[in-house]
Amino acid sequence: MLVVLIAIVATACIAPLWTHRWQLPRSWLATMPAACFVLCLSWWPEVNAGAVILQSWAWMPSIGLSLSFFIDGLSLLFLLLITGIGTFIALYASSYLKNHTDEGRFLFWLFLFMASMLGLVASDNLLAMFVFWELTSITSYMLIGFHHESEKSRKLALQGLFITVGGGLLLMTGFIMLGSLAGTYELSEIVQLSITDQSPFVDAMLVFILIGAFTKSAQFPFHFWLPNAMAAPTPVSAFLHSATMVKAGVFLMARLHPTFAEQSLWSSAQLWAGAATMLLGAWMAYISTDLKKVLAYSTVMALGTLTLLLGIGTEYALIGFVSYLLAHSLYKASLFMLAGGIDHSTGTKDLARLQGLRVAMPITFVLTIVGALSLAGLPPLFGFIGKELLLEAGLGADLWVITTVVLAAALVAGVSLTLIVKPFLGSPVSLPKSPHEASPAMLAGPLVLLTLAVLFGLFPFLAQEGLVRTAVHAVAGFEMGVTLKLWHGVNTALVLSGLSLLAGALLMVLWVRSRPMAQLTLRWSERYGPESGYFRMMAGIVGFSAWQTRIIQNGRLGIYMIVLILATLTPVAWVLVESVGWPGWFATLNPTIYEWAMVALMLVSTAFAVITRSRFASIISLGALGFSVALIFVHFSAPDLGITQVLVETLTVLLLVLVLIRVPGFARFSSKAEVARDAAVALFAGFVLSWVVLAALSVQWAPSIAEYFVENSYELGKGRNIVNVILVDFRALDTLGEIFVLAIAALGVYSMLKLRGGSDRGET
Amino acid sequence: MEGVMAIAIGLLFAAAFYMMLRRSIVKLVMGLIILSNAANLVIFTVAGLTRGEPPFLDEATKTAAIGVADPLPQALILTAIVIAFGVLAFSVVLIHRAYQVVGTDDLDQMKDTDT
Repeated sequence: MLVVLIAIVATACIAPLWTHRWQLPRSWLATMPAACFVLCLSWWPEVNAGAVILQSWAWMPSIGLSLSFFIDGLSLLFLLLITGIGTFIALYASSYLKNHTDEGRFLFWLFLFMASMLGLVASDNLLAMFVFWELTSITSYMLIGFHHESEKSRKLALQGLFITVGGGLLLMTGFIMLGSLAGTYELSEIVQLSITDQSPFVDAMLVFILIGAFTKSAQFPFHFWLPNAMAAPTPVSAFLHSATMVKAGVFLMARLHPTFAEQSLWSSAQLWAGAATMLLGAWMAYISTDLKKVLAYSTVMALGTLTLLLGIGTEYALIGFVSYLLAHSLYKASLFMLAGGIDHSTGTKDLARLQGLRVAMPITFVLTIVGALSLAGLPPLFGFIGKELLLEAGLGADLWVITTVVLAAALVAGVSLTLIVKPFLGSPVSLPKSPHEASPAMLAGPLVLLTLAVLFGLFPFLAQEGLVRTAVHAVAGFEMGVTLKLWHGVNTALVLSGLSLLAGALLMVLWVRSRPMAQLTLRWSERYGPESGYFRMMAGIVGFSAWQTRIIQNGRLGIYMIVLILATLTPVAWVLVESVGWPGWFATLNPTIYEWAMVALMLVSTAFAVITRSRFASIISLGALGFSVALIFVHFSAPDLGITQVLVETLTVLLLVLVLIRVPGFARFSSKAEVARDAAVALFAGFVLSWVVLAALSVQWAPSIAEYFVENSYELGKGRNIVNVILVDFRALDTLGEIFVLAIAALGVYSMLKLRGGSDRGET
Repeated sequence: MEGVMAIAIGLLFAAAFYMMLRRSIVKLVMGLIILSNAANLVIFTVAGLTRGEPPFLDEATKTAAIGVADPLPQALILTAIVIAFGVLAFSVVLIHRAYQVVGTDDLDQMKDTDT
């Protein structure tokens, strides 16, 4: 498995060189996924015999993350779909984007996506799976936004990213909860468990995982990003947004089905969301006129159907799930590729304009008939088998379920018949480009995939034994007899199927006439649908951040300082009040008259420095403050500090006088209210800090480590002045650091002074 | 005495913060000076005040007297004083430079990097 991933990533990396530097044929790149397809196929005999392939490489053992792969029927089905369809997509893209300037970039992201998707379906470890899950979101973002020069394209790409990654965030939470609940992050062990206990924890976990899966698989109400993702080039739409990435959510739900099947929240949420998505998707597909949007909404409908089938959860439903999934991947990727071909050769994808293409594009016509009939669910195509099973499963559930299923089936039948009739029949009309048949590379994919659809339909045994049986086993968690048959005899499901097809034919006839009404509904849903909620939310986020920037980041240093002071000292004050309390007056020494005088001198000079309006007076009183501090140092047994303070204070006063003399005198900037506010903040801060000092004085401290310095000062440092010995001997490295700080400050000062006469005067 | 010092330190801090909240950049620097003095006094006071027993060893016996002042906080404060001076010198020149370029000492006018 690792080989497959490395091969695809390597292909991604050489793709830009391949196309731009070396100018080699692009279609050769398609051989790599084809080779991987063959490699995946080599696991088939083992998996088909009921075995499970486990491969593991340690990645980050400390958090239980290992790169381990778990290949059973379900993952193998996906692996084959991804590499198989991927081969044709690469081939298709080589023709579709021929000579596009950014072809290399496109192929890079496309192959990278392929690798992430393969990793996602084959991962055994939940965390590794999550990493791959996010990688698919990111590569999908890059691919939707491929035409990055268009603003609309960027916006829609961002929408897809926000929704899938937002869901991914919840999914990660859900995964971690699941990992801690199950005691393991290995999926191969998790699927053996059945979590049946009910608790708010389990409910929250299920909701998180479901939202992750729903956003990825475009379930209502997160469905709107998928049709918008059609801004991407067609190969991307065919690959990511119909056949693979959007099935990741469905894959996850199927993967965890054995574990959560007993949870009623899990299945009922799937039932409701699936039914709503299915009906909505079918309806939107019918009323849309853009060819790609029609297909996108029918994909939404199919994803809803798959979720619904998982929600029903009966044996029929699970067999139906796998068959429908396989059928959908085969015909939908083909239809997208054909639609891309039509768009490419006619220059329009407006279903209302296209007409009479059967003459110019006969092969596309025939292939579209096959694909659309498979979409409609007509025999003898594989889509028919999928639909029969769906109806059969629906009959086993509530009445409203089968009603929705039939309604959606009728709408989709209408859509698929329109797809055949509208663009191809009728008389040719003038189009932006004169239509011509698509190139062989673009037709190869639909041809092979639709042949498979016919083959599986005519000989269901092939699909049943080849893929469906083991996949159903993996989803159900136990072995069950699977028999796919094309003809079940006349039963209720067949009657309903026929009814829906009749209704579909009627809808097809009404298609052109229903357009004005459809436009109206589209506009209404744009205004009030969930998508408008998304846009309102985005606008709200931007508005909120603008508002908070205006309030908090207003560019006033004073406000920042107030925030800083209050934010730092309020918690301190709270701790003091809560757990320390007022420490009481602490005094081991009674102040003498000299000491009173020193403190008074200090405070008076400070007060004068604050209130005076003269700069000189202010600087001089600051000097007085410094000297009185020096006096206190000397008086309380710190002569070295006193000396240093005196020297530094002298220099400070000189420096201030020399430099600040050039700056104008104090102007009165602040209003009275501001002065009062600042004074209140300052007094509060001073009060808290006084309290801190008192509290610190009253606590019982640990024995002082000064003992050591006192005893060893002469022994080791050969000095009698202990402070000096500490500075130059015991803590010499600190002093060295201090010298560096001063040197850097001196350099800064020097360079700023030098700049003064320099050329940057001109900038001012 | 320690109680008196604690109150004095609180007042110094209040003065420092008040000065730093002014809109004049010169006052900001002055507040910085008061702030560093206050911070040094916090360390000094909290370590315990001792009268007349500087941390020297006796010349003859090479031992310290009983109850000698704690030398370690003094060493720390000494470093702090010198560093504070470095910072001050740098900021004084910086604001001077800023004043030259911007042409105002009102901090509220110095909002943009575009001058």
